[in-house]
Amino acid sequence: MLLAEEVGARVTAAACAQCGLPVPAGLLEAGAPRQFCCAGCRAVHALMDEHGRAHEHGLDRQRAARSSWAPARPGDRRYAELDDPGFQARTCRRGPDGLLATELYLEGVHCSACVWLVEKLPGLLPGVVEARLDLSRSQVLVRWDPGVVRLSAVARQLRALGYAPHPRRGMRAEEVRRREDRVALARVGLAGAVAGNVMAIAFALYGGMLNGMEPEFAAFFRWASLLLALPSVIWGGGVFFRGAWTALRLRALSMDLPISLGLLAGFLHGAVNTVRGTGEVYFDSVTALIFLLLFGRYLLRRQQRAAGDAAELAASLYPSSARLLEDGQAREVPLEALVPGALVEVRAGELVPADGVIVAGQSTVDASLLSGEPVPVAVAAGDRVHAGTLNVASRLELRVERTGEDTRVGRLMTLVEAHARRRAPIVQLADRISGRFVAAVLVLAAATLLLWVRVDPARALDHAVALLIVTCPCALGLATPLAMSAAIGRAARGGFLVKGGDVLEKLTRPGRMWLDKTGTLTEGRARLVRWCGDVSARPLVAAAEAHSSHPLALAFLEALSGEPRSRDMVEIIETHGGGIEARVGERSVIVGSPAFVESRAKEVVSGLATEVDVLVGAGLTPVLVAVDGRVVAAAGFGDPVRGDAGAALARVRGLGWRLGILSGDHARVVAAVGAGLGLEPAMCRGGVSPEGKLDVVAAALAQGPVVMVGDGVNDAAALAAATVGIAVHGGAEAALAAADVFVMRPGVTRIAELLDGSRRTMRVVRRNLAFSLGYNVIGVGLAMSGALNPLVAAILMPLSSLTVIISSYRARTFRTAKDGEAPTCR
Amino acid sequence: MFILLPVALLFSAAALGVFLWASASGQFDDLETPSVRILHEDDEPPGR
Repeated sequence: MLLAEEVGARVTAAACAQCGLPVPAGLLEAGAPRQFCCAGCRAVHALMDEHGRAHEHGLDRQRAARSSWAPARPGDRRYAELDDPGFQARTCRRGPDGLLATELYLEGVHCSACVWLVEKLPGLLPGVVEARLDLSRSQVLVRWDPGVVRLSAVARQLRALGYAPHPRRGMRAEEVRRREDRVALARVGLAGAVAGNVMAIAFALYGGMLNGMEPEFAAFFRWASLLLALPSVIWGGGVFFRGAWTALRLRALSMDLPISLGLLAGFLHGAVNTVRGTGEVYFDSVTALIFLLLFGRYLLRRQQRAAGDAAELAASLYPSSARLLEDGQAREVPLEALVPGALVEVRAGELVPADGVIVAGQSTVDASLLSGEPVPVAVAAGDRVHAGTLNVASRLELRVERTGEDTRVGRLMTLVEAHARRRAPIVQLADRISGRFVAAVLVLAAATLLLWVRVDPARALDHAVALLIVTCPCALGLATPLAMSAAIGRAARGGFLVKGGDVLEKLTRPGRMWLDKTGTLTEGRARLVRWCGDVSARPLVAAAEAHSSHPLALAFLEALSGEPRSRDMVEIIETHGGGIEARVGERSVIVGSPAFVESRAKEVVSGLATEVDVLVGAGLTPVLVAVDGRVVAAAGFGDPVRGDAGAALARVRGLGWRLGILSGDHARVVAAVGAGLGLEPAMCRGGVSPEGKLDVVAAALAQGPVVMVGDGVNDAAALAAATVGIAVHGGAEAALAAADVFVMRPGVTRIAELLDGSRRTMRVVRRNLAFSLGYNVIGVGLAMSGALNPLVAAILMPLSSLTVIISSYRARTFRTAKDGEAPTCR
Repeated sequence: MFILLPVALLFSAAALGVFLWASASGQFDDLETPSVRILHEDDEPPGR
C-alpha cells in the first residue's frame, strides 16, 4: 500500500517549571514532565522538590545532581589556555590584596536562580573569594586567590554547574566605555542638583517679582544662581557646545547647534544682567534644560549600549582554543597559537578551529552557517573542512592549512569590517529639522530686535534674547532620543536587540529586502517532510536509527518519536556516506541513500522508483527504506519553510517592500521555496556564495534602501553592507556582530513586527517633534509680543518636555512580554 | 537669609558628592541583578 503523508513541524512551547520563563527551543526535552529554561532552574527545582525549599545541605546534593544533568556537550574541556600568563595579563586585574579578578561571559544564564547558583561559587571552590553575576549581561566577575586555585579550575567548576564560561574579549574597550558611562551619569547628577537648587532660588525670585523684594536679596539670589549655574553650563553644557562646534566645522547639521545657541544666549544674558543688576535672568530655564537634555541622552546611550553589549557577548562564544596533537597527545592551545601544518583534534560537537584537510576519522560536518546548505555533509580522510563549521558526528584529526584571518571565515570577516566602516551614517530626522530650525529662530530673533527697536529700544535686546531662550529646543532635543530609547527598551523586552536609533528610522523607508533561506525562512535543519510507502516499516526504522548519530537519523527519530518503536534486539552496520543496515529482531532493515539501498535490495515496490525523482524535484533529500530485501518506502528530508513565513512576508510586502531570497542552497530548492511563498522568480537566487550575496546587496544599494535578513557567517558581509542588517534567532556570532538588529525569538513574523514597531516609533518621534515645535511657536509668539518673562519661560519649558516624555513612554511601539505574550518571571 | 542659603546649598552639595561617589564606584552599572540578589537566603550567618 502506498501512502503519502506530510509530517508536520512539531513545535512545542513550554514554560520553565521553576521560574515560568519560556524555555528556549534548544533545551526542550521531548516527553519530560517538566521543562526548564536553564541549568540553574533545573538544579534549584530539584532541590526545592526534595526539601520543600533550598537549604544549607543543598550544595552537596546540588553538585551530585548537577553532574548527572550536565548537558551532553563536548565535555572535559580543560580551559588550560586561561592559565596562560599572557592571557591573564590581558584580561585579569590584580588587586592590592594579591587577588586576581576577571570577568567571564556565561552561557545559559537566564533568571534569578542562576544568580543564586553562580554566586555560590566561593562555597564550592576554595580560593574563590567572590563571584558576582550581572544578570542583564550574563557576565560574572570572579575574584580568586591565584595561590590557592587556578582560573582554569574556576572555569571547569562553572561549566560543571551548567554555565559554560567564555573569556571576555575587548576588556579594555569595555572598561573605557564603562568609565564614559559613569562620567555621563555624574554629569546628569550634577546638572540635576544644580537645576533643582536654581529652581528653588528662582521660586523666591518669582515671589519677589509678584510681591516685591528687598533689592539686596534679589541681587544675592541672582548671584547665587549665577554661581550655581556656572558648573552646570560649563561641564554639563560643554557636551552640547563641543557637539555644535564639531558640527559647525564639518558643516553638518546637528541638534546641538540650536541647543547651544539657546543655552549660551540664556546664560550670557543672565550673567550680564546679574552684573548690571537689572533685567531678566533665565538661569532656572537654562539649568533645567541642561539637566533634561543630558538625562535624555544618557537614557538613549544606556539602551543602545545594552543592545550592543549583548551582541558583542555573543561574539565571545567563538572557540578561543584548539586541541593540538603532539606525539599522540592532545593539548589545548589558544587559537592564535595554531600554525599551518599543525595537527589538531576536533571532537564531535565542536567547531572546526581552522581550515584544513582531514587526516584521520570520518564524520558529518554541518556547514549551514557557512554555506547555507541545510543537510550536513559526510566527510572522510582527504576532505577539506573550513573553520567555523560544526563537526557533528565523531572525532576528526585535521592537518591545518590556514588559520585566523586567512581562513574562509576570516576573509569574510575582513569583508564585513570593511563594509561596516564604509557605511555612511544617515542624517536623522531631528538633525535635518535642526538646520531649518536654527535659520528660522535667527530670522525671528532679528525680526524681534528690529521690531522692538522702533517701539522700545531699551527692551529690544531683552525680547530678542528671550526668544532665543524660549525656542531653545529642549523638547525638540528630547523628542528623538526619548522616543528612540523608550522604543529600543521596549524592543529589547520584546526580543529585538536594536543597536541604534537610526536603524528604526531606516526601517520605515521601504526598499528591497533580501532574505536568507536556511535558518531564516526555514529552521535550518533537516526534517522528515514526506514519507511514501508502507507505514508498518516505521517502527523498524525508528529502532534501527536510534543507534546512529547521523543528522538524518536524528531527524527520523524526531519525526517518529510519537510512534511505537520495535523493541527487538538491534544490530547495525553503518556505512559512512551511504546508510545503515540493521537487524531488528528477525527482520533486516536497510535505510540510506537511493544508490546505497538499491545496490543491496532485491526488489522495489512499484511507484517508489519514480517517487525518488519526485522528491529530488521538490528539493528534498531522498532516503529509501528496505525491509527484508524489499524497498518498501521512500522518505524525503528537507528543511521546511517556517509555518509563519507566508503570512509574515505578505505583511512585509503590504508595507511596500520588494522581497527576494539570497541563498547558498541549490537553485531548485530556492526556487521551490520562493514559489511557495509567492515571490517573483527573478528575485529568488540560489547557489549564491557569501561574496555573491555581498555583491547583490551592494548593487541593489544604488537603487534605494536594502535590508538584508540572515543568520549565517555567509550572510555577514551582506548584513554589514546593507542599509540595515537583521540577524535572526539562532544566528552565528559573526552575523550578530555585523547586523544592526538581532532578533532573539524564532519566526519570520518577527521581521514584520520589527517593521511595524519601527513605523510606530517614527510616528512617536514625529508626534514629539510636532508637540515641541508647537510649544516653540507659542513661545515665539509670546517673545515677539514682549509678553515673555522668566516665569512664563520656566513654565512653558518643562511643560513641553513633560509632554514629550509622557508621549514617548506611553507609546506602545513594540509588543513586550508585559503585553501578555509570554509569562513573566514569578 | 544670607546664611540660610549657603547652608542649604552645602547640604545639596553633600548629597551631590554622595551621588558622584556612588556613580564613580560603579553602583549604577548594574541596575537589575541586585534586586534579585536580595531574595537569596544566606547559607551562613552574616558577619564572618
